[in-house]
Amino acid sequence: MIPAAFEYKRAGSAEEAINLIGQFGDEAKFLAGGHSLIPLMKLRLAQPTMLVDIGRVKDLSYIKDAGDHIAIGALTRHMDVEKSPVLSQHVPLLAHAAGYVGDAQVRHRGTIGGSIAHADPAGDIPATTLALGATYVVQGPKGRREIAAKDFYKGFLESALAADEMLVEIKVPKMNGAGWSFQKFNRRAVDWAIVGVAAWRNNGDSGVALVNMGSTPVLASAVSSALAKGASVADAAAHAADDAEPQADLNASVEYRTHLAKVLVRRALEQASK
Amino acid sequence: MSITQERTNSIIGTRMLRREDPALLTGEAKFTNDLVIPGALHLAVLRSPYAHARIKSINVSDALAMPGVVAVYTGKDLRDAWAAPMPCAWPVTPDMKNPAHFPLALDKVCYVGDGVVAVLANSETESRDALDAIDVAYEPLQAITDLEVALSDKTIIHEDLGTNKSYTWNLKVEATEGAVDEAFKNAAFSVSERYIQQRLIPMAMEPRAVVAVPQPFGGDITLYSATQVPHILKVMTAITLGIPEHQLRVVAPSVGGGFGSKLDVYAEELLCVALSRKHGAPVRWVEERSENTQATIHGRGQIQNIELAADKDGKLTAVRVRLIGDMGAYLQLVTPGVPLLGAFLYAGVYDLPVAYDFSCTSVFTTMTPTDAYRGAGRPEATYAIEVAMDALARKMNIDPYELRKRNYIKKEQFPYTAFSGLTYDSGDHLAAAEKAMGHADYAAVRKKQATQNVAGARKRLGIGMTSYFEMCGLAPSRVLASLNYGAGGWESATVRVLPTSKVQVVTGTSPHGQGHETSWAMIAAEKLGVAPEDVDVLHSDTAIAPLGLDTYGSRSLAVGGVAIAGACDKVIDKARLIAAHQLECAAEDLEFAQGTFSVKGSPDKAVPLAAIAFAAFTAHNLPDGVEPNLEAQYTHDPKNFSWPFGAHICIVEIDTETGKVDVLKYIAVDDCGIQINPLIVEGQVHGGVVQGLAQALYEEAVYDTDGNLKTTNLAEYLVPAACDVPPITTDFTVTPSPTNQLGVKGVGEAGTIGAASTVMNAVIDALSGLGVTKLDMPASPNNVWKAIQAAQGGK
Ligand SMILES: Cc1cc2nc3c(=O)[nH]c(=O)nc-3n(C[C@H](O)[C@H](O)[C@H](O)COP(=O)(O)OP(=O)(O)OC[C@H]3O[C@@H](n4cnc5c(N)ncnc54)[C@H](O)[C@@H]3O)c2cc1C
Repeated sequence: MIPAAFEYKRAGSAEEAINLIGQFGDEAKFLAGGHSLIPLMKLRLAQPTMLVDIGRVKDLSYIKDAGDHIAIGALTRHMDVEKSPVLSQHVPLLAHAAGYVGDAQVRHRGTIGGSIAHADPAGDIPATTLALGATYVVQGPKGRREIAAKDFYKGFLESALAADEMLVEIKVPKMNGAGWSFQKFNRRAVDWAIVGVAAWRNNGDSGVALVNMGSTPVLASAVSSALAKGASVADAAAHAADDAEPQADLNASVEYRTHLAKVLVRRALEQASK
Repeated sequence: MSITQERTNSIIGTRMLRREDPALLTGEAKFTNDLVIPGALHLAVLRSPYAHARIKSINVSDALAMPGVVAVYTGKDLRDAWAAPMPCAWPVTPDMKNPAHFPLALDKVCYVGDGVVAVLANSETESRDALDAIDVAYEPLQAITDLEVALSDKTIIHEDLGTNKSYTWNLKVEATEGAVDEAFKNAAFSVSERYIQQRLIPMAMEPRAVVAVPQPFGGDITLYSATQVPHILKVMTAITLGIPEHQLRVVAPSVGGGFGSKLDVYAEELLCVALSRKHGAPVRWVEERSENTQATIHGRGQIQNIELAADKDGKLTAVRVRLIGDMGAYLQLVTPGVPLLGAFLYAGVYDLPVAYDFSCTSVFTTMTPTDAYRGAGRPEATYAIEVAMDALARKMNIDPYELRKRNYIKKEQFPYTAFSGLTYDSGDHLAAAEKAMGHADYAAVRKKQATQNVAGARKRLGIGMTSYFEMCGLAPSRVLASLNYGAGGWESATVRVLPTSKVQVVTGTSPHGQGHETSWAMIAAEKLGVAPEDVDVLHSDTAIAPLGLDTYGSRSLAVGGVAIAGACDKVIDKARLIAAHQLECAAEDLEFAQGTFSVKGSPDKAVPLAAIAFAAFTAHNLPDGVEPNLEAQYTHDPKNFSWPFGAHICIVEIDTETGKVDVLKYIAVDDCGIQINPLIVEGQVHGGVVQGLAQALYEEAVYDTDGNLKTTNLAEYLVPAACDVPPITTDFTVTPSPTNQLGVKGVGEAGTIGAASTVMNAVIDALSGLGVTKLDMPASPNNVWKAIQAAQGGK
């Protein structure tokens, strides 16, 4: 449980952080809440030689109403997302999902940006923002660019972020009263999802994304298109795993995971349709 | 006078808060790794990444060149440091195979986690970094993780033994020869079941830690260790290292849980002592969590085949058991004895004729060694008989409680001589079960179940029960001798009344979470008529408490607590002589109550114990032949095991779509005889139930076919947390043990013994309507779903 040796620098701003990362190259990593990175380092599965701590870049911790969407600073902690009145009103699905991340200690430390940048298919936040059609704002040495959530996740713990780019903001469209549901299936209350589903529905429109059903968070497009064509909830849910490539692990075989996705999508849609 | 009777203002039986807790809760308590030892070298152990491999070569030169590294040792470098292999104290049969096992492997590694190289460095970090610089070349061999494959001897792990079988141990008792076969031939009903006791990881919250500190002069050395067994460790360390026992002192500081996993003599303890002697410096080691899952013993690991024969009314007529025990790669301190601790209990709490046939074959595998884990053999046995009883009830199409009622040993039959020849001291199984049934509202649950569990129901209700015996109070030394155990089962206590009348109790038990300091003070306070606050309890340091056999097997109260009461009696006897001398009366004319001796019939002629303590100290005026000071030592060797018992009930609801089991209610009615402190008793039951429930629903040490442990941390090995535990209703019946003066029995393992079968019986009860009548633990959602699919597909 002792990580390999590393250097540590604290950045006061996004610019400074990006600058530092640029100087140290591939061996450097941003440190946000540390709740994904530090465990990997303790097991020596990650051995960065330089950590650039962005945890105290205060001006990247905010939740703002920006008209048609809510803008969330990348360093906003899960607990602040969960408790945000603005999000509860306009994007209740995200606020609710944030309440399912680990336990209270984890939620006080972990950040929304860290969750997304880490691109863990088992994370609750990547899939939830994917279902919501979020846009991620990233900043590099040459300035800012926007990446749609659906284009962001490239593989297991791999994203469209360049090594010297930092995620700075998450733009989440307002839900405008859509029905929604977040289903997290696990064995112990504070565990990662064995399978999770984030779903919303508004008339013919819907968004459904799956947690832990492949090497990336999965947008269950087949479900949404079935619904758009007027399929019943049960029939649409049967397509839950069409876009997924689930893996087996200690808690679930591929077959069971696929089955769970269908059950949970059906339950989510039933709830979202109420 | 028995302490259990005619007490006013009794201390025993009160819910006194644990005196240990303030220090533990505020972080004041010092665990081994908290000890500040200047100049200590840090030990790190490089462990085998292979389950089974030959060591071809080891190159340590890069590691030696790392900053802060003081020395690097291979197994061969240290071969001469050991006078004997690591100890196994329980050679259960004369021909038991026991491979030589040294703290570091010599030519072969036999499990992932087997120690290969030891590094000493100036800091923990440097010792850890150096491990990455060591280059070991291995020739991988076939891993063996399947017990039946192991028994086939296709690949032999310890070549010099010529077999993977360690031993076969039989307990066949028949009223007349052939009685068991006869009973099965004539049985109106019989069942034949196969159960798997999955491997469990004890996962004490404090991992192991060791510091060995040599004295600057002379050969003396102090070994601090997170151990349950400082006394046993001292003897074994002396023998294994060939050093004089009197030069060794072992101290167990605050210990954060053990559950049996610290009832052992481990490589790192021996390495720290050997290397601190070699280097003339303190050497310390602390275990990492993932190391703990591999290098500290596992529990359970059995394949159980159990057959029950019954007559037309369901009365048991014979029990036959065939076990395969998974020893792991080597025999640890009591590894081979664990199945034997259960061997007497496969007939459970039932009135079985003398027709019992038990046989256990134990086998080596290329996995972490197993050893005693909370309950050790008894949860396994209880599981087998209790789950099989439900199978028998299903076969007979009668209510499982009704079947149990027809078979219980009745209250009037105690003390009851069992088929095995053991005497069960006291009990009332029906009373405990009735009480539990009342809490469960059994009839109402059955009614609800009938309406809820219809075809296609998304949620199915189940209720299950267990009646159990916990054979504990380990143990009468003579009985241990008959089982070839390498030590006795006594416990020692010294009680000392200081000149100012404060009391010291010195005990040979070694608490690691049980609250002995509180309970032992209560016992002495009750006996001596002093306030519990005036009693200090000294333990877990062989210099302060040189005699003892430590804490395991629910023995501490039933043996060690009773020893304290016995030592108090001796103190009182001595004080009585002094009191009689002072009051100028005959000792027989004095009565002792509330801390004061008074002359029977004239209560104003009295002298308090406090005054006698001071008189004993000054020794100015003692009767002839009475030595100064008020102190007595007493060693208690129990006459019999004690037999706590109880009845547990669990109600579950199962989501048939996802396979998830929800425990709605858990009821534990336990009888541990007289309770010294009910608060502590309830805590023990809660913890025990959670561990049993964890085996039923969550925990499993999973190995892949290459022998790699897949559950090496708390994200993968699912120890339930507080929010995963259902409400537990605890209730009690009180049937004093007639075999000791406190009337106590023991409760440390009771919850664990009762819980796994209770939960699994409830799960199967919920699912049997779908055709699921067999399910291996843990009843994970995936396993439950798969079982439903298989049963439904079969239709
Ligand atoms: C016990 C425990 C339980 C947990 N349970 C859950 C759970 O149930 N569900 C769940 O979703 N998560 C869970 N998590 C993970 C938690 O949500 C983490 O907080 C989150 O995954 C990562 O956020 P972080 O701020 O801690 O990131 P860090 O660990 O600091 O960083 C993670 C990675 O992202 C990079 N990074 C961080 N921020 C940025 C940025 N702004 N721009 C670019 N790169 C960045 C880092 O370089 C690193 O590679 C759990 C964690 C723990 C320790």
